[in-house]
Amino acid sequence: MNTAILDDVPVPLLKRLSWQDWLYSLILVIGAVFAYVQYGNYMDVYEKSFLFGAAAVFSWLGWQWKPLRMLVIGVGAISLFAISLYDADLGRANQAFLLKYLISSQSAVMWMNVLFVLAMLIYWFAMFTRSEFAGKFASSMTWAAVLMGLVGLMVRWYESYLIAPEVGHIPISNLYEVFILFCLITALLYLYYEQRYNTRQLGGFVLLVVSAAVGFILWYTFDRQAHEIQPLVPALQSYWMKIHVPANFVGYGAFSLAAMVALAYLLAERGILATKLPALDTLDDVMYKAIAVGFAFFTIATILGAMWAAEAWGGYWSWDPKETWALIVWLNYAAWLHLRMVKGLRGPILAWWSLVGLLVTTFAFLGVNMFLSGLHSYGAL
Amino acid sequence: MKPAITTSKQFYELLSSMRFAVSLLTVIGIASIIGTVLKQNEPYANYIIQFGQFWFDFFEMLGLYDVYHSAWFLLILLFLVISTSLCIYRNSPLMLSELRTYRETATEKSLRAFSHKHAYQSVHSFDDTCQNLQQFLTLRGFRFKTVRHADGGELIAAKAGSYQRLGYIFTHAAIVIICVGGLLDGNVPFKVQELLGYKKVETLDIPESEVPAVSRLSIANLSFRANMTLPEGTSSDVAFQRMRDGYLVQELPFRIELKDFRIEHYATGQPKSFESDLLIIDPELKEPLAHTISVNHPLIYKGVAIYQSDFQDGGTKLKLNVWGLFSTQSKPLEVDGTIFKKAKLGEGDDALTLEFNDFRMFNILNLTGDGKGKPQNVGPNVTFKVRDTQGQAKEYVNYMQPLLLSGRPYFVSGMRETQQEDFRYLRIPADEDFTIDGFMRLRTTLFDESQHAEIARRFAKVAFGERSSGDLTQQKFEASVVQLLDAFAKGGYTRVADMIEKSVPEAEREKAAQTYLKIVNGAAFEAYNLSRERSGKQAESPNEENQQFLQESLNAISDLYFYGAPFYLQLTQYEHREASGLQLTKSPGKNLVYSGSVLLVLGIFAMIYIRERRIWLLVKPQTNEVLFAMSANRKNRDLDVEYERYKAQLDKVLRTR
Ligand code: HEM
Repeated sequence: MNTAILDDVPVPLLKRLSWQDWLYSLILVIGAVFAYVQYGNYMDVYEKSFLFGAAAVFSWLGWQWKPLRMLVIGVGAISLFAISLYDADLGRANQAFLLKYLISSQSAVMWMNVLFVLAMLIYWFAMFTRSEFAGKFASSMTWAAVLMGLVGLMVRWYESYLIAPEVGHIPISNLYEVFILFCLITALLYLYYEQRYNTRQLGGFVLLVVSAAVGFILWYTFDRQAHEIQPLVPALQSYWMKIHVPANFVGYGAFSLAAMVALAYLLAERGILATKLPALDTLDDVMYKAIAVGFAFFTIATILGAMWAAEAWGGYWSWDPKETWALIVWLNYAAWLHLRMVKGLRGPILAWWSLVGLLVTTFAFLGVNMFLSGLHSYGAL
Repeated sequence: MKPAITTSKQFYELLSSMRFAVSLLTVIGIASIIGTVLKQNEPYANYIIQFGQFWFDFFEMLGLYDVYHSAWFLLILLFLVISTSLCIYRNSPLMLSELRTYRETATEKSLRAFSHKHAYQSVHSFDDTCQNLQQFLTLRGFRFKTVRHADGGELIAAKAGSYQRLGYIFTHAAIVIICVGGLLDGNVPFKVQELLGYKKVETLDIPESEVPAVSRLSIANLSFRANMTLPEGTSSDVAFQRMRDGYLVQELPFRIELKDFRIEHYATGQPKSFESDLLIIDPELKEPLAHTISVNHPLIYKGVAIYQSDFQDGGTKLKLNVWGLFSTQSKPLEVDGTIFKKAKLGEGDDALTLEFNDFRMFNILNLTGDGKGKPQNVGPNVTFKVRDTQGQAKEYVNYMQPLLLSGRPYFVSGMRETQQEDFRYLRIPADEDFTIDGFMRLRTTLFDESQHAEIARRFAKVAFGERSSGDLTQQKFEASVVQLLDAFAKGGYTRVADMIEKSVPEAEREKAAQTYLKIVNGAAFEAYNLSRERSGKQAESPNEENQQFLQESLNAISDLYFYGAPFYLQLTQYEHREASGLQLTKSPGKNLVYSGSVLLVLGIFAMIYIRERRIWLLVKPQTNEVLFAMSANRKNRDLDVEYERYKAQLDKVLRTR
């Protein structure tokens, strides 16, 4: 047989895995089993399936995208270390040196904020000077920011249980917490595409939205004391929240990413920074991929939201303003995909459209809570 | 010549076109936005106030107060269903044939016209070349069909990712299924019956048993979403559907009884859970079914889902003290009240009706001055209206316990004249025992004209001190103090200001005002001590504490004239009774919507993540030339990248021995 036929033949996923992959998954499974043995009595059947589901999903994601493995392990290790420093006493957050300055939830989130802004500046610097080194450094900073943000959320999760066991809940339940989630997901999506397409030049653009979100977090923290952990209102005490919210934010994050790439596209198309930015059709492709991912997840999130609403409010669709705006966002991107896929439209129109799409999305995410009232009242500013 | 296009054909073309569907979707989007900006299903009176009669009528005609259930909105949805169905009907055969076909009829000429094509010279024999190429394709996940041409050449037509085509069918079928499910659960059947005149929305506030049959929906009703408010210990077998400016009565195939309703709170006072212990009473059951529902944990019985949706008062019994604010009576009157019931105060033209509207045991308020501190529970309050014989009413909210405002305790009562206003608050300072008695004592003494002379005498004694001799100046002084006290007792600071305006020339008013204020304060302090003595308490000498109390009391007394009611209601005891708000829904379309949703997700993933690609490899006889062409139904970067890869790989396959 002609051996050249075999060159570069796609190998099935399981055969591609290295021992590191298996070790990584083993650690996740051991962690899940440990948590189950320790706390299984307090979990309902959904929480148990989420626990093992998370181990499976993060295994798979780590196999697909190797850098994620280090992140997951790192977040786990640092979070466990931080938790051990607490010694079951919330007051230690302001006493123990490492907690106070580094890895209490509040400090870790602050580090995330700082690192994101620094990373953005370095990305811009790297683009203008075409410095490979600075670009790599900016990527590392972004990874570090994601690491700190995730540690912040993990530790916050633990802290909520220290306030009182009944108060404890996953930290994706209010506007402050989901803004952190938004920063993390957007940055992670970006890092994925950065590696896939080798496009460090886009970092400065994408981190622009992330930095805007950081600005919001800072204002919300210092002006409104929003970082204080509040107990969950009854409507939010549901396992649905644990899947509905993350799915939604993959959508929001991906749409934001697409909008920032669209911005780069529009600039490059006008000859601004054109020599420093990736080729137009690469930008176009990243934009499309991001919107496709966002659309898929946003669809899932909306459906999950409907199922949750059916359980909490007594109807899967109530035309509540938040629901309605989710539908509008969804229709908007469905139209975008139609034009691209059916009519084969490319170029600046779609780029403008995804920029406007970001406005619509932002309104659905923030504006509805600020200007319209409805059943989603937990998100009020 | 083209055949003539008939109108019905044209209509069909229009209905099934993507342009039409997209226009419908745009209209739905815009209509939805209106529905989020304009608050839906408010009482009609609110809209009239907001827009005025003319626009109110206009908007009502357009159905803007319930956009999502208006006839035109439902009609658009119906058209969307029809349009999408036709679109599927029209495109599916094409999609399915695309899914099956290998396009093996491609000719050399057409392949050479491809944008992604390449020609090679194979170093292998004809048969080996064909075999290698087939293996090459199989290993990369392509399926293929081979055709032997008349000239002896072989065409291998291959494809991968054909299931992408199912994505189209799945997503679009899902839209139809979801819309049908939604329309089923919407109130379309009622709309039709209403149009035909079989049913009518009831707009009068009458007992349920008197609601006529045209406004009742039987248990046979396919789908509904209705509410039921059950006070503890009662039961019911009907629910209410609010609709526009009225309601409908929905009959149920069973009876629900509320045994108990519970709210649990976190340590900080925020609600932690709402739970209702229900009893389902159904003749078909041997014994009643007991079940506890809570938020996120409904009960489904006979296809009707029963949700914990809200709660309200169920007729709490109250005991209240009525403090006459302008009388000189030093003891309050006691009255009993019940939430949602009325009580009468006074006789004849001055009679006032108390309408008790709400009682809340927990009130989480943020009382810190800058709003940055923690909200906390400030205890019970009662909301009531005071209506006079003309029917005019003002609304009040009174807190049972003193609230700490900037560190000092006050009895707080809010007043407003219409629902649209914010409450304005009267703050009565609590005395050193945290009761309202100190203030009321002081107020009665100040308002009691028979005491004014005594107060003036005492005050003069203090004011003149050593020199006090009862001479003419002192008597004059006393007289003016009495005059001032009379004015204050009749209308607070406002009345005193009027007095100054009348009797003092403009240039001296400011100075006079200061003097008068000092006198009122000083006299009031004597009244304070006098009132203490009369109730057997020690007189005090002025200190910061009682001066502040005095000042705040005088401010409060002045505010009484704007309070709008001649009494202050002080809640003293209550016997709490709650009512649970249940939502009852029957939604047979739910399963359709959910299966449509699953189909939608599958379809979207198929459309986005399965990429249909086709490869043609034409091996020509004798020369062993190989023509490679590639296409995808979506022209994008992925195709370019993959084409380049295969091109290079094929080069290796065909040119290495
Ligand atoms: C509601 C009425 C709709 C109509 C009449 C309609 C019509 C069409 C038509 C005619 C195509 C072309 C199929 C082709 O030739 O490939 C198409 C493709 C598509 N539609 Fe729709 N559509 C509708 C709604 C939607 C919605 C709401 C979505 C959202 C998910 C959607 C997603 C798509 C996608 C992604 C494609 C590309 C399919 C492909 O190229 O394989 N459609 N649609």
